Amino acid sequence: MKANPKNVLSGVHNLTGGQACVEGALAAGCGFLGYYPMIPALDFVNHFIKRSKETGSKFIQMEDEISALAAVIGVSWTGLKAISITSSSGFSNMMEHLGLGVMLETPSVIVNVQVVGPGDGDSGLPSQGDTMQARWGSHGDYEIIALAPGSVQDMFDYTIKAFSLSERFRTPVLILTDNVIAKRKGKVSIPEASEINIYDRKLYKGPKDKYMPFLPDDELVPPMVNIGDGYRFHVTGLTHNHRGYPIMNEECQELNVHRLVNKIRENTDKITEWVEDGVDSADIVVVTYGLLSNAVKKAVEKARAEGIKTGSLRLVTVWPFPEKRVDNLASRLKGIVVPEINLGQMVFEVERASHGQTNTFFVQCSGEEAGDVEMIFGSIKEALTKKKKYDDIIEYTPKSHGA
Amino acid sequence: MEHSIQIEETIDAAETRLSMEKWLRMDRIPHIWCTGCGIGLTVSALVRAFDKLNLDPDQVCIVAGIGCTGRVGGYLRVDSLHVTHGRAIPVATGIKLAKPELTVVVIGGDGDLMSIGGNHFVHAARRNVDITAICVNNFVYAMTGGQVAPTTPSPAFTNTTPYGAYETALNIPFLAESAGARYVARWTALHIRRMSNSMMEAIRKPGLSLVEVVSPCPMYYSRINRLGEHLETMKFYHENSIIKHGEPTENLKIDFQKQIIVGKFVDKPTGS
Amino acid sequence: MRVLRIPLDLSKHKVPQGEVHIIVDRCKGCGYCIEYCPNDVLEVAEEFNAQGYHPPKVKNPENCLNCGLCEVICPDYAIFTIQIGEKEAKLATQK
Repeated sequence: MKANPKNVLSGVHNLTGGQACVEGALAAGCGFLGYYPMIPALDFVNHFIKRSKETGSKFIQMEDEISALAAVIGVSWTGLKAISITSSSGFSNMMEHLGLGVMLETPSVIVNVQVVGPGDGDSGLPSQGDTMQARWGSHGDYEIIALAPGSVQDMFDYTIKAFSLSERFRTPVLILTDNVIAKRKGKVSIPEASEINIYDRKLYKGPKDKYMPFLPDDELVPPMVNIGDGYRFHVTGLTHNHRGYPIMNEECQELNVHRLVNKIRENTDKITEWVEDGVDSADIVVVTYGLLSNAVKKAVEKARAEGIKTGSLRLVTVWPFPEKRVDNLASRLKGIVVPEINLGQMVFEVERASHGQTNTFFVQCSGEEAGDVEMIFGSIKEALTKKKKYDDIIEYTPKSHGA
Repeated sequence: MEHSIQIEETIDAAETRLSMEKWLRMDRIPHIWCTGCGIGLTVSALVRAFDKLNLDPDQVCIVAGIGCTGRVGGYLRVDSLHVTHGRAIPVATGIKLAKPELTVVVIGGDGDLMSIGGNHFVHAARRNVDITAICVNNFVYAMTGGQVAPTTPSPAFTNTTPYGAYETALNIPFLAESAGARYVARWTALHIRRMSNSMMEAIRKPGLSLVEVVSPCPMYYSRINRLGEHLETMKFYHENSIIKHGEPTENLKIDFQKQIIVGKFVDKPTGS
Repeated sequence: MRVLRIPLDLSKHKVPQGEVHIIVDRCKGCGYCIEYCPNDVLEVAEEFNAQGYHPPKVKNPENCLNCGLCEVICPDYAIFTIQIGEKEAKLATQK
């Protein structure tokens, strides 16, 4: 269905990344923000509060991130789309409720403005250090969807995408960003409301006494209802059957959790998205996501200018990871370069997906574009000639930048 | 995908003999609580309160935490969410904010609402969000086996205090009043009709209301402390309770096997 | 001066007569209904129910006044009363 014109600020604007993300959320129909004040998230929150008068959306500052995500889950069950915005240490706090959101199959969006860690870290330095935590942070077996915007326009587009995915697949969706993009001002072109496609959750419309909260349809997604519509449902975070009642045995665990995992795995083709540039004829491919997109583009141009056949694969959805494509590419490449603003996270996933068919090289970037371009370019040249031994782990030792 | 479990038949036939059966999920009775447990009585009182208030069951929402008391959500035939330990109150806050016309009731035990959820309770009271919290206080963490809870009076024995509890027991009405709750009452589980009336008043009153229910835990607390079986413990609580409406909440400490003061303590006008 | 001992409107006062129904297999044998019945209507049965507990049994059915306390006080929703009629009020006798 189309967006509500009341919520869409159509036109071309000069916005920060944070403001663009909030505009995307409002265009997608988000009506609630639950948050706890974290320095990197403040731009987002202030803009949401400012816009709440026109759009009629609600917001609440809770006493910690745990309750912020709990409130978002509660709101989502009433039919209102909800978002929570936090930073890395708040994200760690939210892990239990992320698992609850997956188990209850609650559509919601969580924006994580990453900073360096661990611990309280430094809220001024950018980072992509939560990539693995986004996938494996909560306990148990589950699959999650995570997107990584690379520019201010992406912040708008990907937020709408995140809401659509979360409503379609009835799961929490993460947006992994950082405070460099959040603070960067750029041109954002917001189309008319009639040109924005948003997705609303599938609601159950059958007889009231026959409703099963977790009975899946063909896409393995159960239709939802809202609290107060008279369906008298019960849902629980404990292992449950289709009726929503907790049943504690192995069979029920299979019935419940296997479907939750398959819901994402079997629909990977509809979820995973990436942008390729010249990979089919390349010798070296650079796999990137998020903030480094610009730096990688420049590094690839530089490499091509020197005659190296380079391509880039930019991940739009970081999770689920496009394993099949990387495996497919790896069979004919001389090397894959993975730059990240952390000490090595996605590189392990790329290495695993390439199944030993080629060498993977990690580049430790810092978020400062000029320096990153040089390092990635250097690594592309290295990838052409260097042969790695299996137990040569020297590449993953954090290098100092000479500071 | 073949499922080995039969998909169960849907909601029970509507043959209501007991008047409360319209509010209960009869396909799940008998419930899991022990013989003589006060939670069954709490649910009984709550359902009678709903009935007397003539509430529309479609507009009631129960949010429960984890623990013996948290299972209440699964036995009431209304929209109910069974969420993580201690975090029922923020979920209820979200639900009430998004749909203010619902009647939202939070049910939890003393460990769920006051220990891990203590922070959320205090802030909800401060915020005066219009929900009703029902805290069933049995002085232990019952579902996990009888560990010491913030309300365990000194020097009671529990599974994790083999030499007697030594921390100051939490005085729940005092905490609630100082945080800003608008209605605070306490009853033992056997004061069934008075408890039901209190719940009625609590639900009807706008703002955060708390009803504390002192209940025996025949399986753990009574057994470890040699307090007899469920009937003896319940009788002891009932006969040693004294009704003092309006008593200042600082005097409401519950000491080990001493007098329990019950009644309606706080009933402030709303609108902070 | 004669003191009237019998109330003049005695015939107008009727006391409800109740009948106790026990859902035997739901009972968990806590004994609250037996203990707190104000008119001593119930006692513990010798038999076991399907769960292995001793449910209550009606001892003095004519005493039941449909006060409903057993229904309200049962934690397991296993007992209830219905009204089956009315009878004359009994005078309290002085000893």
